[in-house]
Amino acid sequence: MFDSIKVRIKQGKQYIPDVKRAEVNPKFRGFPLLNNKTCTRCDDCTCVCPTGAITAHPLKIDLGKCTFCGDCQRACKSQSIEFTNFHKMAASRRETLIVDHNTDRHLYTLDAVKANHEIKRLFGRSLKLRSVSAGGCNGCELELNACSNVNFDMTRFGIEMVASPRHADGIVITGPVSENMAYALEDTLLAVPNPRLVIAMGTCAISGGVFQDSAAVNRNFFDKYKVDLYIPGCPVHPLTFINGVLRLLGR
Amino acid sequence: MSWAVTSNNQTIDLAAIPVETAAGLRAEIIEQCGRGARPVAFFGQKLSSGVRLFVILADDPRSELVASSAIFAESEKSYPSISSEIPAFHLFEREFFEETGIKPEGHPWLKPVRFSHNRADQSVRMADYPFFKVEGESIHEVAVGPVHAGVIEPGHFRFMCSGEKVHHLEIHLGYQHRGIEPMMADGSIWKKSKLVESITGDSAIANSLAYSSLLETAAGIEVSARATAIRTLALELERVALHMSSLSGLCADVGDLTGNTFFGATRTYVINSLLDICGSRFGYSLIRPGGVNFDIDAALSAKLLKTLEMVRDRVFIIGERTFNMPGVLSRFQHTGIVDFKTAEKINMVGITARASGLKRDIRADHPFGFYRLYPAYKLTLDSGDVFARAYMRYLEATRSLGYLIDLLSGLPPGTQLLAERGSLKPDSMTVSMVEGPRGELVHVMLTGANGEAVRYKLKDPSFNNWFALALAVRGEGVSDFPICNKSFDLSYCGYDL
Ligand code: SF4
Ligand code: SF4
Repeated sequence: MFDSIKVRIKQGKQYIPDVKRAEVNPKFRGFPLLNNKTCTRCDDCTCVCPTGAITAHPLKIDLGKCTFCGDCQRACKSQSIEFTNFHKMAASRRETLIVDHNTDRHLYTLDAVKANHEIKRLFGRSLKLRSVSAGGCNGCELELNACSNVNFDMTRFGIEMVASPRHADGIVITGPVSENMAYALEDTLLAVPNPRLVIAMGTCAISGGVFQDSAAVNRNFFDKYKVDLYIPGCPVHPLTFINGVLRLLGR
Repeated sequence: MSWAVTSNNQTIDLAAIPVETAAGLRAEIIEQCGRGARPVAFFGQKLSSGVRLFVILADDPRSELVASSAIFAESEKSYPSISSEIPAFHLFEREFFEETGIKPEGHPWLKPVRFSHNRADQSVRMADYPFFKVEGESIHEVAVGPVHAGVIEPGHFRFMCSGEKVHHLEIHLGYQHRGIEPMMADGSIWKKSKLVESITGDSAIANSLAYSSLLETAAGIEVSARATAIRTLALELERVALHMSSLSGLCADVGDLTGNTFFGATRTYVINSLLDICGSRFGYSLIRPGGVNFDIDAALSAKLLKTLEMVRDRVFIIGERTFNMPGVLSRFQHTGIVDFKTAEKINMVGITARASGLKRDIRADHPFGFYRLYPAYKLTLDSGDVFARAYMRYLEATRSLGYLIDLLSGLPPGTQLLAERGSLKPDSMTVSMVEGPRGELVHVMLTGANGEAVRYKLKDPSFNNWFALALAVRGEGVSDFPICNKSFDLSYCGYDL
C-alpha cells in the first residue's frame, strides 16, 4: 500500500485542466496556412503528396485527405505552405474541410461544426459512443483510447466510450473500411438505437486516406449513411477529437 | 550450391538465387532447419506463367540469411507440405496457398490467413470460416468479435470450452486487410513512406526503418551517423511506448487501477517525446529513405534527456510496486504458459519469444543501424507465462531507457540528415529486418529489369505470434483470456496487412 501511495505522490496531477484552451506542442502539424502570392506554381508539393490532398494554383488542402505528413511543406522551396499547431479542425460538412489561402483558422473553428439543437438536447450532457475500427493502422484507435486516459480525461464531459452498440448514442469510425470489415461496420451501426450519430475519425475514415485507391477497401457505407462529424488527423490528436465533439454538442 | 548466402541489409542478384524443384527445395529446407535455421520469409512471385516461390531462412548465430527458390509451372498446383515436418512453416504455407492456390499437400491446418483481396480462390468467403469444432455434451462455444468491447482493432475469437475451461481457441483474422503488399509494388517505391507508416501505427518507426534501410541498401545510399542514431533513438522510444501501454492494459485487466493509469501516463511522456522530435506522437514523418527529416538540437536533447531520466525513475517505482503485489502476481504467474519447445517449434519471435527463453533478437543477431556500433544485449526469461511476458516488458523498457539516455548523452555530430536518392539495383533481391517493439519485421523487395519494385513482401512479428496466444490459453479459464491476450499484445493490422 505504501508503494502505491508513493507512486501516486510521484505522479502528481496528470490531467490537462482546460481542454478547450490547451495548446498542442508547437511541432505538431495541424491547420495549414497557404500563401498563393509566394507560390511559384512549381507543383513540387502535389508531386510528393501521398494522398492527393493538395492542389496547386490556387493552393488548396483537403483536410479530409491530408495525412499531415508535412512532405509538401518540406518540398516547397518558396515556403508557401506552413502547418501550424492549431488543432481544432473538426467539421460537420465534408466540403468545409477543403481549405485555401483565404481560410482563417479561428473563423473556421467557429463555423465548421454546427451544433444542432436536437443533438444538444439529446446528448448535450451525456454522450455514449461505440468505436468501430475498420482497417486503419490502429493509430487513431490509440488516440481515441488516449481521450479517456488520465491526461485528456474526456469522461469529465460525460463523453464515454461504451462496450456495446446497444448502449451507445453513436459510433466512431476509424480506418478506411476494409472490404472484410464492411459488413460488421454496418451491422454495428444498425445495432445503435435511433437517433444516432456517426463520427468519422481520421483521414482514413474521412476519405480512405493513404488507402483510398486500394481494391481491398469498400467505402459504400458512406454512400448510404450520413456522417455528422468529420475529425481530421493522422492520427487525430485527442484534443482535436474532444473539442470537435464538444462543439457538436454545443458546448 | 543450393542456397545463396546473404545477410540483413544486403542486395543480391536474382540470378544468384538457385532455382530448385519443389521437392528438392523441400528437402533442402528440412536439412537446413535440422541444423537450426528458421524461416523468415516464404512467398510467391507470379511469373508470366506459373509462380516462383522464394524462401529465406535465418541462421541467427552466424548472422546470415540464406535464400533459395522453386518454380511452379502453371499446371503444378500442389507440393508436399513442409509444415508436416517443420511446423514453423505452417502459416507461411497457408499464406502461400491463399495467394497462389498452390496446395501444400498434407498440411495439418490449411485455413485462410487473412482473406486477402487478391486470394487465388475468390469463392472462399469470410462468412464461411472453417472453425474447428469440438463436440460433446458439456462443450459450449464463446464467440467474440470482430467488434470488441474496448477501443481496439477487429478480430474474431472463438473459444471451445468445457465449463470455464478453454479446450481450444480459434483466432480468425483478416478484418484489417487493406491490401498493402500490392500497393507497395504499384507506382514509385520511393513514394511509399506514408503507406509504410500506416501498416501498423504503433510500429511505424520500425516499419519505416525497415523500408528505408531496404531502399538505401538497394540503391547504395550512405546514411549519416547522426541520422542513424536519431532513427535508433526513435525505435527505442517506440519500444518503450508499446511496453508501457501493454503493462497499463495488463494492470487494467487484473483490476489494478494504479498500475493502469500510471503506466499509461508514463507512456504519454514517451510518445510526447516523439512529438517533440517530429511533430507526431507516433513518429510519423521522422524517417525517410536517406535519413531523417528532423534533427535533435542541443536544447531538445537536454529536454529529452531530462524527460527520459524522469520516466526511468517512474517506471522503476511503478514496476517495483506492481511486480511485488500479491494480487497481481497470483494472476500473472503460471497463467498462459508457452514453453520453450513450443515457442521454438511454432517459430515465435520478439519479446514474447524471449519470455519463453528463446534467444532471438534482430538487434543482436542481425544487427542494423546503430546497434552495430553500440550493441543491444539479449534478455530472456524462462517461464513463458503471463508474468514472464509482463516482466520482460518491464525489463526491456528499463533497458531501452538506459540505452536512450546513453545515446542522448553522445549523439554523433554532423549536419547531414537526409542523403540524396539513388537508383535501385535491377533484377535483385534485398532483405531488411528490424527488431520492432513486438519482434522482427521482415521486408523483402524484388526488383525488375529497370530497377522498379515488382514484389514487396512484408512480415510482421504478429504473423509468427498469434498462434502462440491460441496455444497459451489452452486449459486456462476463459476469464484469463484478457490477460493472456494483453501479455502478447499483438497487432491485427500488422498481421492482416
Ligand atoms: S501534409 Fe497533407 S497535403 Fe502535404 S504532402 Fe502530406 S498529405 Fe499531402
Ligand atoms: S488516419 Fe492515419 S493514424 Fe488514423 S488509422 Fe489512418 S493511417 Fe492510421
